Amino acid sequence: MATVKDRAPAGLGLNDDIGEQKRLALYRSQVRLREAEQRAYDLFLQNLVKGTSHLSLGQEAIAAGFAEAMVKGDLSFCTYRGHAHTLARGVPVEKVLGELMQRDNGLMRGKGGSMHLTSEEHGVMGSYAIIGAHLPIACGAAWRAQYKGDKDVSVCFFGDGTTNIGAFHEALNFAAVWKLPVVFVCENNLYMEYTPIADVTAVEHPAADRASAYGLERIVIDGNDADVVYRAAQKAFAKARAGEGPSLIECMTYRHSGHSRADPAKYRPDGELDRWKLRDPIKIYRERLKQFGVAEKVIADIDAQVRQEVDDATEACKAAPNPPLDIITTDVYADGGWAWRN
Amino acid sequence: MAELSYRDAVIRGIAQEMARDPDVVFLGEDVAKAGGVFKATVGLYEQFGPLRVRDTPISEQAILGAAMGAAMTGLKPIAEIMFSDFFAVCFDYIANEFPKSRYMSNGQTKCPLVVRTGNGAGSRFGAQHSQSVENWCMMIPGLKVVAPSTPLDVIGLLAAAVRDPDPVIFLEHKSLYATKGEVPDGEIVDTLGTAKIVRPGKDTTIIALALMVPRALEAAEKLKAEHGIDAEVVDVRSLVPLDTQTILGSVAKTHRLFTVEENPRLCGWGAEIVSIVADEAFYDLDGPPVRITTPHIPLPAADILEDAVLPTPQRIAETVRRCLES
Ligand SMILES: Cc1ncc(C[n+]2csc(CCOP(=O)(O)OP(=O)(O)O)c2C)c(N)n1
Ligand SMILES: [Mg+2]
Repeated sequence: MATVKDRAPAGLGLNDDIGEQKRLALYRSQVRLREAEQRAYDLFLQNLVKGTSHLSLGQEAIAAGFAEAMVKGDLSFCTYRGHAHTLARGVPVEKVLGELMQRDNGLMRGKGGSMHLTSEEHGVMGSYAIIGAHLPIACGAAWRAQYKGDKDVSVCFFGDGTTNIGAFHEALNFAAVWKLPVVFVCENNLYMEYTPIADVTAVEHPAADRASAYGLERIVIDGNDADVVYRAAQKAFAKARAGEGPSLIECMTYRHSGHSRADPAKYRPDGELDRWKLRDPIKIYRERLKQFGVAEKVIADIDAQVRQEVDDATEACKAAPNPPLDIITTDVYADGGWAWRN
Repeated sequence: MAELSYRDAVIRGIAQEMARDPDVVFLGEDVAKAGGVFKATVGLYEQFGPLRVRDTPISEQAILGAAMGAAMTGLKPIAEIMFSDFFAVCFDYIANEFPKSRYMSNGQTKCPLVVRTGNGAGSRFGAQHSQSVENWCMMIPGLKVVAPSTPLDVIGLLAAAVRDPDPVIFLEHKSLYATKGEVPDGEIVDTLGTAKIVRPGKDTTIIALALMVPRALEAAEKLKAEHGIDAEVVDVRSLVPLDTQTILGSVAKTHRLFTVEENPRLCGWGAEIVSIVADEAFYDLDGPPVRITTPHIPLPAADILEDAVLPTPQRIAETVRRCLES
């Protein structure tokens, strides 16, 4: 297991720089992601989630921590493992489950599927399933902000495996040279699909150990502690908004589930999952809230409200119709249609 | 009215659009301070400044990805890929990202950008710097694909491409950069998806694109002078959208069809046109449609070898004559 250099400072109390309201929001967000994705898995086992799906169970602190540090107008660029990031920006659970279930109430009415969740009104500028493709795209959105004097930050999430594709390196150099307001977030969950990242990477920390090649600070954080993630995000966003250029943040984490669908993840050594489950981000955070004196009832209420949202969303999706066939040919081109000839 | 080279028409087209709309920005390798390897962007950096005309690293994926991100969020970028052959190293954006984001997002995502590139043979650069890749682009739903043959069309179609809300691949022919043509003063804006009858005729239709247009025109003059065959030459100009009405109309008049394609034979754009004509105008035809193409080989570098494989006016005229007389 990789060493974690940065830990939440203990004992500062509930009303430190993060504060009670934000901590409750971070907790709620993480529980919501967990419940929604666990439900997605259950629905997959019932054959109600079709196609594929890539869960972030165990990685919720990263999605929650970054999303809670973003403000309206900031842009998220996600991967196929993007349910959590999409939900964390406020997209309703029903819209995400509906897309996974390929129903008409889905976020893109079934035209995109689980790997391409997009909700521009929430700042979710797409989920990309070609490894690394969205890093340059995030640079372009950041370029627009720089050019127009807009203050938003483009935040790009990807995995450890993505650091070995060319687009990663092109984007990092490009962003650094152009000093773009973009934040690259590597979720190092120790595996690409099935192969340990250490087996295929020349350095120990696949993202952070490359940072110096692009003149960037080497940042490795505990990705399972939402406070640590939130603070790292705030710092990087402030730098971006100040016109001081990009950041690359490597978050150490672990996915509790397999890579996709029903992957049993047999390639993992015995005991590894159990060790990481001791550091389950939601467990860590629930404990922190208690330690800071948040009442059990407040926590239980959040849990119950989230459960209700997910239950309601599930029922709505089960009742939703399939998408109509007439959307097959819409929105190929900007005129709304698909005509390639007269 | 002024005589302008195809190269200078590129400069004028970009400048016209950048002057009109501050959201139009331009990026590529060696395009700003150096004015481009084909000198087709000289003066733009001086005119529009370093924020709008930007040199990039040798990072084709970053160039196209950044153009897309900028387009999605409000700019109208023009990106240059130096040689169209290099599409192969950034094809993800051309094949998977630009053309599919709108569809996959159920209409949420926009991608109004133009990729300009130097396409085609004639410079004796060999198989990785001389290809005609229009057929690589034409096959992808969601893209528009344009290839002008004259300075006037360069300006008008480039303006139309920049103003178009969809991603447009704009193929400039390297061997046409030095050619000249008359261009009126003032703003010029054309329409995508329109073919042009560049030489009316009654005996046969010859459909061509980019560098093949002047060659088809030369062949038509030869056919007229030497054999009394009056060929109609249609410049397709835009592969997507495709102006099938002009093509079908011409075939209905002449009853014969030839395509002249620089791309290697398999799945060349002419195959699609022949298939459409066969489907929809079969009984208008007095003989089989014939495709005149570069053979299905990588392009050789040596002038004498390259000249032997591209369709020439002689080969076009000879093929048409033989088929019409048989
Ligand atoms: C260009 C490309 N190559 C391969 C794949 C297949 N693939 C999908 S996910 C994945 C693993 C990515 O690993 P990582 O970046 O660590 O992200 P994680 O899945 O762990 O979140 C691979 C190889 C792909 N989608 N795109
Ligand atoms: Mg991984």
